[in-house]
Amino acid sequence: MTLEVELTLERPGGFRLDARFSAPGQGVTALFGDSGSGKTTVLRCVAGLERARGHCRIQGETWQDATGFLPSHRRPIGYVFQEASLFPHLSVRANLEFGWRLVEPDARRIAFDEAVELLGIRPLLARATARLSGGERQRVAIARALLTSPRLLLMDEPLSALDHASKEVIIRYLERMFDELGLPVLYVSHHPDEVARLADHMVLMEAGRVRASGEAADLMTRLDLPLSRFDSASAFLDGQVAGHDDTFHLTYIDTNGGRFTVPRQDLDIGKRARVQVHARDVSLSLTDHHDTSILNILPARVLDTRALDPARLIVRLGLEDGQNLLARITRRSGVALGLHEGMPLYAQVKSVALVG
Amino acid sequence: MTFDWTPVWLTLKLASLTTLLLLLLGTPLAWWLARTPCHCREWIGALVALPLVLPPTVLGFYLLLMLSPTGPIGAATAALGLGTLAFTFPGLVLGSVLYSMPFVVQSVRNAFEAMGTRPMEVAASLRASPLRSFFTVALPLARPGLLTGAVLGFAHTVGEFGVVLMIGGNIPGETKVLSVAIYDHVESLEWTQAHWLAGGMLVFSFLVVVAMYRLERHLWGQSRDA
Repeated sequence: MTLEVELTLERPGGFRLDARFSAPGQGVTALFGDSGSGKTTVLRCVAGLERARGHCRIQGETWQDATGFLPSHRRPIGYVFQEASLFPHLSVRANLEFGWRLVEPDARRIAFDEAVELLGIRPLLARATARLSGGERQRVAIARALLTSPRLLLMDEPLSALDHASKEVIIRYLERMFDELGLPVLYVSHHPDEVARLADHMVLMEAGRVRASGEAADLMTRLDLPLSRFDSASAFLDGQVAGHDDTFHLTYIDTNGGRFTVPRQDLDIGKRARVQVHARDVSLSLTDHHDTSILNILPARVLDTRALDPARLIVRLGLEDGQNLLARITRRSGVALGLHEGMPLYAQVKSVALVG
Repeated sequence: MTFDWTPVWLTLKLASLTTLLLLLLGTPLAWWLARTPCHCREWIGALVALPLVLPPTVLGFYLLLMLSPTGPIGAATAALGLGTLAFTFPGLVLGSVLYSMPFVVQSVRNAFEAMGTRPMEVAASLRASPLRSFFTVALPLARPGLLTGAVLGFAHTVGEFGVVLMIGGNIPGETKVLSVAIYDHVESLEWTQAHWLAGGMLVFSFLVVVAMYRLERHLWGQSRDA
């Protein structure tokens, strides 16, 4: 079960889309790229809102190929637009029921109340759409899309029109929703942090083409791709809550590559956790120091190095479990350590953020 | 002297029927004009808008030619056993529909264009067929434009004179509408009757415009984007 997409399109003005990728039929796939890279166009074509040549096969069903084109309203999609785009002439409840009523009762895979609870919008149901905040609107729009029982959820930068606080709220809802529904999602974004928190898989778009596609955590640390060159370049590692230290108020997150220590979090032991490690917070050492204030020290191996500018290097490290870290160090340090591919060393991680 | 209400009722009947037909015909036309990528749309749009600048007598003149037994429409209606439409009430309705068309089509088209393509895309993503989307999303969202169009079309038909005179004449109970009746009264120096009719029209028109402004503001207020 996969998403197979191959679309080409020319627009007057010189824009050319030539997007080919396949993605797993489960989990969240981020379509990532700068504005103008064609990611929204891909999403719109998958939804059937725009026509491109090529084919689009989703979960074994062909939505478009050389012989046919399924119109949008026949595709089992849910679409969340950048702006909530609620129908202003309908109440919140009527907005939610609009698509829900058009799905045969025995084809529904989500109950009305389930979607309402999942996005916490019960108190809003009787309201007019004009009296909702931006974040509330987007939650209603997401629930509205879910209520059509989609087999693929398409989201076009659903957080970009929101302020920081509402963004954080919605991300939490999204994380929970993705976890509970197990619905495949195509998620357009140009924020690395958002992608890292939400996505499992990533399709990196550049000037209308697919530059790379693969596991999000892998693509974010690949030195031949632009993400590792961002100032906020980070690695994301999956692990689980291993325990708490009540004396020093700490929580331990274990990955197979090593243990991370973060300030105490109210999480159940055994729960899945994802940590973010900024490249700028990682330093390298040849020996396993214990006379240091740094708590997170992991054995690693140098996989790749690249110059960021004449003064700095970015280093990709492999941990023992195959997950990756990025370290940004000065070129001088690199020479002093004698960095080379395959070299074993210790990554000292000054700070770690728990992101989900 | 008793007041003759016939022209008033006839005018209201003509204007109501015309407005109804204009909404039925003008709305799909406005939708097409707002959405089609066809280059011919400016030409069709101009054709619809022509009565705005054309002297009513010119429109009336050509209509008269076409409605006459030798004209294309006249020949067709005669062949169908309907007789000719010139100097009949149905003929007046036809003339009024053409004459007031631009007011309705322009208002409705503006409303359709103002809503953009997004609501229809949302509806399609929620499984609604294009037809269903049109009725459950586009029409409700275009309500202010439909209302403005209806009011303008109605008021414009009520005030119509030139076209009526050319193709309708002055047959009491059939084609003698308000504006013609006023003209008649003035011609025969019946000032009192002319005053009543003209004054009534003045008050009526003012009320129509006030009501339209208020309703329009109310409706736009409701449909501000969410």
